[in-house]
Amino acid sequence: MKKIQILGTGCPKCKTLLANAKVAVQALGVEAQFEKVDKIADIMKFGVMVTPALVVDGVVKSAGKVLSSNDIKKYLR
Amino acid sequence: MDDEQNNIRLPVLLKYLAAGVAGLAVWWSVYRSLASVAAWFAYSLCGLAKGTHLGATVEFFVFESPEVLMLLALVVFGVGIVRSFFTPERTRRILSGKSEAAGNILAALLGIVTPFCSCSAVPLFIGFVTTGVPLGVTFSFLVSSPMVNEVALVLLFGLFGWKVAAIYLGTGLAIAILSGWVIGRLRMERYVEDWVFQAQVGDAGPEAELDWPARVRLGIDSVRDIVGRVWLYVLIGIGVGAGIHGYVPENFMASIMGKGAWWSVPLAVLIGVPMYSNVAGIIPIVQALLGKGAALGTVLAFMMAVIALSLPEAIILLKVLKPRLLAVFFGVVALGIMAVGYLFNAIM
Repeated sequence: MKKIQILGTGCPKCKTLLANAKVAVQALGVEAQFEKVDKIADIMKFGVMVTPALVVDGVVKSAGKVLSSNDIKKYLR
Repeated sequence: MDDEQNNIRLPVLLKYLAAGVAGLAVWWSVYRSLASVAAWFAYSLCGLAKGTHLGATVEFFVFESPEVLMLLALVVFGVGIVRSFFTPERTRRILSGKSEAAGNILAALLGIVTPFCSCSAVPLFIGFVTTGVPLGVTFSFLVSSPMVNEVALVLLFGLFGWKVAAIYLGTGLAIAILSGWVIGRLRMERYVEDWVFQAQVGDAGPEAELDWPARVRLGIDSVRDIVGRVWLYVLIGIGVGAGIHGYVPENFMASIMGKGAWWSVPLAVLIGVPMYSNVAGIIPIVQALLGKGAALGTVLAFMMAVIALSLPEAIILLKVLKPRLLAVFFGVVALGIMAVGYLFNAIM
């Protein structure tokens, strides 16, 4: 069970990243739990300064980029 | 070990270099032929007469649209690659604990190359001020990042030549450095919202190093993203510019935006500050205004006011700045832009 968190204050890019992550999860057939982190104070706890950011199991994988679902797959294996 | 890696990497790098040179050659030959194609299109294909309003408008539009879009694509690609070397995290580490004057200069320069969009202004601001970047230095970065815009720089270079581009770069940096320094001197830390300094800022850990294919991909991604987002604004901007170019009489702007009208600079800034427009859309209008006798300083001030400050940004920043600091920030930058406007009206 992976825990995937999408950090962002609700801009369109964050929604795209969340959608791409869901596609990646389905394609790989892994079990995952999604969470959107949209409070700035919570985002700052990850040390992320540019959104959207992707966090897998508590580790920041990327910040400031809308990753494609293919890129996200790399971080889920 | 290192040698072995280099042997594998070198051919890849060479391949990219060769592809880059070939691509640039094709780009250049197309770019060079745009003017003659536009004239042929307007006067031969459409059969418009030379010297008519419609003819001038059509030629302007058919020439400028591909020219601006091609320049835009090239620059955005280049900047996308340069920016893959500079992340906000790295910039923060460089600026952390820097003394004021040197820090302001460095922050203004890094503002040009660090990828950053105004929607990330708040987390970036918090990340900077809570980890030892002085407040004034943070503002130098926040001013320079939108103001000294790489797209604007290259469009100005392409449409007006290197002098105007250099003036824009130099004065934009000067405003960013000085306004950040002034805000630092005013000791306004207490006008930052209290929760900012209480925010817990974690450590994102080391960043992954990118290889060249990944950097090129980032460049292509940013072209697709930015050109995809702004092309319509560019065309609208050029359309308005073309209309002004063809139909507004020569020197019409001289009375309103010319050197003689002292009030035109503050008025241009006042109108420009709340406006939010993309740089790529504003520059064709700038070009048309200049062609009709508007003064360079006035037009430059208008452009800087539009791209450096905006109402949406002010609303976003209210989350972390108390109104007084926000007002000082906008006030100092607007004054700097006005000074630039007057300076260039005086010397050009």
